[in-house]
Amino acid sequence: MPDFRDSVEPMIPALRRYARALTHDREAADDLVQDTLVRALRAEKLFLGGDLRAWLYTILTNVNRNRRRSLARRPVLAEYHDDAPEPSGTEAEGRDIARALATLPNDQRSALLLVALEGLSYRDVAEIQGVPIGTVMSRLARARAQIRSVLDGERPALRRVK
Amino acid sequence: MIHDTPVTEDELHAYVDGELPPERRDAVEAWLAAHPDDAERVRLWRTMSDMLHAKYDHVADEPVPARLALDRLTQRPRQWALTATAAMLAAFLIGGGSGYVLRGMTAQTTATASFTGDALEAHRLYVVDVRHPVEVAASERAHLQQWLTNRCGWQVRAPELDAQGLKLIGGRLLPGPNGPASFFMYENASGERFTIYASRATSTSSNMRYAAQDKDAAMYWADNGIGYVVSGPADKEKLTQIARFVFDQTDQAGRKL
Repeated sequence: MPDFRDSVEPMIPALRRYARALTHDREAADDLVQDTLVRALRAEKLFLGGDLRAWLYTILTNVNRNRRRSLARRPVLAEYHDDAPEPSGTEAEGRDIARALATLPNDQRSALLLVALEGLSYRDVAEIQGVPIGTVMSRLARARAQIRSVLDGERPALRRVK
Repeated sequence: MIHDTPVTEDELHAYVDGELPPERRDAVEAWLAAHPDDAERVRLWRTMSDMLHAKYDHVADEPVPARLALDRLTQRPRQWALTATAAMLAAFLIGGGSGYVLRGMTAQTTATASFTGDALEAHRLYVVDVRHPVEVAASERAHLQQWLTNRCGWQVRAPELDAQGLKLIGGRLLPGPNGPASFFMYENASGERFTIYASRATSTSSNMRYAAQDKDAAMYWADNGIGYVVSGPADKEKLTQIARFVFDQTDQAGRKL
């Protein structure tokens, strides 16, 4: 079915962007996209219609959740950058937003990125995350409040448990 | 207060994200003009979106790496991609089985898949354990049931499956997707183990769905707001039969409450 592939192909760049922002790691991000595409292609015959874009984001979000779950069972060896020279201007802002994103719980980060970066509707994000729209909105609100506090240089707010 | 209906924080987000109903637009803009703190928050939220685009849009402009070329992925899928974890394979099978045909089904399908994945993962983790497969043994059945009932918040009963040749080994409490989960393990004469996992489900009730991975398989359904997963060796007929017996007993238990 070449039609299916022709529809998937143009979405790869945006999937890579979302994955990069989610993981902030080039290799891990492309692994996620690769895993997503393999699953989508295997499901090709089963996909009979609907919103392909939202479906691909759903697979990627789930693959990531699963990856994090298996990572959670291992000690995390994060790269340590402390001696990097102090960047300026937009570079500093970019680093700040990445740092602020990293402080968010996964579901909040995912909700914020899907809405603010990928431009998906609240309804699509609700389907992707498997939650009601109200939950998407509260994740979004908490994510924005938390990012603001990090950008303002405040002590990050304590994570609230759902 | 100038306006009849005050503007909520949700509306401010919806305004920034282009999700606000057009008829509320004037009200929100008037509110922002009168409330500088909220106007500042809205400005900051927009700045955040700009920062995200400034930081990540270049990724979408990069040439797609060769390893993500679709032709290549279909020709020779990498081994790691094939060894899917239980959750994702279940997601795949169940998602596929129910078709993703209807829009609006997606969220429920995904939740079901991850629920089943959790159960299958627990099954695979504990059935191989020879010495400590359960936390509380079947010899303390009454205590086990009472404990799980107290912790889970619904009537938990270990189904009687003696007629199917299955003997209860015991059970344990597990973390589930929406709260605690009860988990029972059974064994037949030939040493095959089956598990029954139950936790609060997002859907009130559903039909049975089957997912298989390697040598294991799972049957999922929801009833009275509880999701059940019966896992065991991949034998659809046998698993279906056991699932029906479990359904009959748990269904009655649910009604007794």
